Amino acid sequence: MKGTKSYLSKTVEELKPSGIRRFFDLAAGMEGVISLGVGEPDFITPWSVREAAILSLEQGYTSYTANAGLMELREEIAGYMQKSFGVSYSPQSEITVTVGASQALDISLRAILDPGDEVIVVEPSFVSYVPLVTLAGGVPVQVQTLKENGFKILPEQLENAITRRTKAIILCSPNNPTGTMLTGDELNAIAQKAEKYDLLVLSDEIYAELAYDGEYTSFASIREMKKRTILISGFSKGFAMTGWRLGFVCAPEEISQAMLKIHQYAMMCAPTMAQFAALEALKTGKSDVEGMKKSYKRRRNYFVQSLNELGLTCHMPGGAFYAFPSIKSTGLSSEEFAEKLLLEEKVAVVPGNIFGESGEGHVRCSYATSMELLQEAIKRINHFLKQNQKA
Amino acid sequence: MKLTEKQIEVLEILENNSARIPVEDIAKMAELSKAETESILDKLEEMKVLVRYNSVIDWSKVDGHEGVTAMIDVKVAPKRGVGFDEVAQRIYRFKEVMSVYLMSGAYDLSVIIEGRSMNEVARFVSEKLSTLDSVLSTTTHFILKKYKHDGTIFEQNEDDKRIVVSP
Repeated sequence: MKGTKSYLSKTVEELKPSGIRRFFDLAAGMEGVISLGVGEPDFITPWSVREAAILSLEQGYTSYTANAGLMELREEIAGYMQKSFGVSYSPQSEITVTVGASQALDISLRAILDPGDEVIVVEPSFVSYVPLVTLAGGVPVQVQTLKENGFKILPEQLENAITRRTKAIILCSPNNPTGTMLTGDELNAIAQKAEKYDLLVLSDEIYAELAYDGEYTSFASIREMKKRTILISGFSKGFAMTGWRLGFVCAPEEISQAMLKIHQYAMMCAPTMAQFAALEALKTGKSDVEGMKKSYKRRRNYFVQSLNELGLTCHMPGGAFYAFPSIKSTGLSSEEFAEKLLLEEKVAVVPGNIFGESGEGHVRCSYATSMELLQEAIKRINHFLKQNQKA
Repeated sequence: MKLTEKQIEVLEILENNSARIPVEDIAKMAELSKAETESILDKLEEMKVLVRYNSVIDWSKVDGHEGVTAMIDVKVAPKRGVGFDEVAQRIYRFKEVMSVYLMSGAYDLSVIIEGRSMNEVARFVSEKLSTLDSVLSTTTHFILKKYKHDGTIFEQNEDDKRIVVSP
């Protein structure tokens, strides 16, 4: 008998599949593609870190760790956060080691949201924020930022989006996909609104190590903000450890303990070998991170200036490894542009609308690829623009 | 010699990129104009800080050009007034000699020789090197395989293992 009933949850059924998927399928079958579509470093995890993980396996560290993660690792994280960003968290009660920053985000939202609670998401945004808010029972409220403002949220825009149901705001600086980094002053302005309306701030600081211009400010380091901040970070981007799936979240004790409840039932603990790798990364990886950062910065300078010379106007992104040029001059939509560029020139970029409506008219290009490939990509994009001008 | 930040930036870019990188691209990477970059390059060359624009070649892959490399530990008697410099000079002037280093420890000079065959290297050591007045002894080590040379790993699978598009 053919049933008509769907076994799926309504929430999940209504969830939009990620637009990235389609481009992945389109590009995956092609040969000779230069991919600027990748959201991860082109560096392999530093050997000292990989070697430490191998050693931990050889020594037989294959069992569970404490729910919140190895105490030694949490202590290192506490020291690292203090030293690098001037924020102090207790390894005993305020730090949880997670399966990537993504899981940190998930348990943060689930720990704080009741059905109907609103969460402000600054667009263009990382693809997971909106669905994760929905899955946690919350209501995402998207605020669109503009290229003219460097894709930064203005305090009055934030204020206009706040209602009685607003519980939190998700910030990501440096940002994926725009690369935009907020200054201390800009964060201060947001902090004032958070204080005024009694909001929590989920600060996704996964790209904090990759800040190129000026001083990086952690939201939790702003006066009076530690108690309102859920600071999400991890090893994926700065330490080139995406596949290890290792992140962490720092939050005031009450919130941390609530997250830990979810974490212990849903995940138990982050993978042990990855935790040992992370421990090594914090102990000896600083110089590797510095080297990678220098390399990204040089490639950013080259790539963004070259895009601008081709007429694809692009603000200089302060961090991460993304350029977010406008493609409006071509008259194409971001999806058309990305698809044509892939089919005609074999260069993969990600259409901006995938990151929210305000990303339309832009594409995300990752410059975490070799200089030789970036040079070739610029040649191909130039050729593409000329071809499409004629038509 | 104290260099400026931009001079060091240009040197690091050259060191980490292909010798064929266009000046325009170096300029963009270092946030300089093309003219500024050219003048920095000239200056660095003039100061002999930037000595040569090199390529790394894996000759072992080329039939008939595999060659032989040997590292030779050389003990020498230093001379009054000129120390090791004079004998080092006598050695490095041979075109077969690729590198000469003054070493701490069990021997004095480390000499790297490239030749077409083992015979050629052996002949150089016995006829040219060990017959020098100041040379007391030599120990020759032939290189069997080059895994990594000047920071470049040979024989590595350099394929990008990342998926093509990811969030």
